[in-house]
Amino acid sequence: MAKLTIGENNYNCLAEETVLDALLRQEANISYACKKGTCHSCILRSMDAAPPQNAQKGLKDTLVHQDFFLACLCVPEEDMTLKLPDQSEFYTEGKVVANEMLNRNTILLIIECQDVLEFKAGQFVNLQREDGLTRSYSISNTPQDSKTLEFHIRRLPGGRFSEWVHDQLKVGEMLAISEPQGHCFYLPDRKEQGVLLVGTGSGLAPLAGILTDALSHGHSGPIHLFHGSSELEDLYRIDEMRQLAAENDNFHYTPCISRGHVPEGFSSGRANEVAMNNLSDLKGWRVFLCGHPEMISQMKTLVFLKGASSADIYTDAFHVTQSTDI
Amino acid sequence: MSESESLYDRIGGEAAVDAAVELFYRKVLNDHRINRFFDKTDMDTQIAKQKAFFTMAFGGPNTYTGQDMRNAHAKMVKMGLNDSHFDAVMEHLGASLTELNVPADLIGEAAAIAESTRNDVLGK
Repeated sequence: MAKLTIGENNYNCLAEETVLDALLRQEANISYACKKGTCHSCILRSMDAAPPQNAQKGLKDTLVHQDFFLACLCVPEEDMTLKLPDQSEFYTEGKVVANEMLNRNTILLIIECQDVLEFKAGQFVNLQREDGLTRSYSISNTPQDSKTLEFHIRRLPGGRFSEWVHDQLKVGEMLAISEPQGHCFYLPDRKEQGVLLVGTGSGLAPLAGILTDALSHGHSGPIHLFHGSSELEDLYRIDEMRQLAAENDNFHYTPCISRGHVPEGFSSGRANEVAMNNLSDLKGWRVFLCGHPEMISQMKTLVFLKGASSADIYTDAFHVTQSTDI
Repeated sequence: MSESESLYDRIGGEAAVDAAVELFYRKVLNDHRINRFFDKTDMDTQIAKQKAFFTMAFGGPNTYTGQDMRNAHAKMVKMGLNDSHFDAVMEHLGASLTELNVPADLIGEAAAIAESTRNDVLGK
């Protein structure tokens, strides 16, 4: 009989019983629907034992990598410590070590965090101000010896958190940082695969991290980055990306501008449209889409129709929190 | 090949389902007769559901009931889902399996299982 632990509660799991059935029998509060591995409502994460393979069927490889599994398909082989998706997060303290403007509305925030947990570039954390105001931001760097995390924070008009970061947060001040989350990151397998990166605005943050990760793992397939904004002044790290493209034969960078004057060296149009016009066949490609939620949902279908397998499409939609929300 | 081996196993099991669903769903999204029924659906959710459907059509392990089919399609029936749309889906199912070189007799068996859900899907 396997023992299941969630927080401070213990549950037993009878022989042949699934984790979901065991938890429901003992009246744990867990969401579920189809009970047959289709809806993914009962997804849980194992914090110790590796889940049985069949309980990870149909999950994204980046979720499998983090030991997520479906409770309804899992007959545990050993004791497991579990985490529910909405279980309260563990926060750690970080200190602002640098902040500089990347362009007219996006700031680079570098936070040093001694207890930072294992993370992958492209994942996100929740940053929390002393009074509890919390927002999610993508990590734009790969793990460093200096224990620093980098974020690109765009000023949103009326955005309480971003305006505070831009106008008041100073070097040396402390912030609370959640554990890294999300499944939009690079796994160092299938290195010959083509990689398409499409981002709008500060969607470059996760993509720049994913790019660094892929290049440092010696990814050999073509990597295409399309970064777009409405105006030139809202793009950033242009020279740095051009430099990377000059140094790496397989990396191609296309900055896109959708409004107004388009200088030489830039493409005219939205990043996603330019990408679709330039790449005709995405069969076998790995695709990362970050930024505007509408762009992402449209692009997901388009890249799928161009041949990318749904398992190879990773997305990170930047939803804007209403200014009245906590 | 043993008599008792299920159609699901003979077609190629889970790997065949995965391959068939992607081909099938691309055809569906490109078909103007029926893609409006899929417009608002999240692609990942939809693909997971199609995998369950294909597993059933291949006689694989599933727990689908007629009532599940009715509930899942009730909204689309209100949007005007009818026999012609069901026929279009059947056409793509067959074409996807043909593309994967599944033998015609097995395609026939799978089509018959899918066809058996027609009344439930259309809420008749």
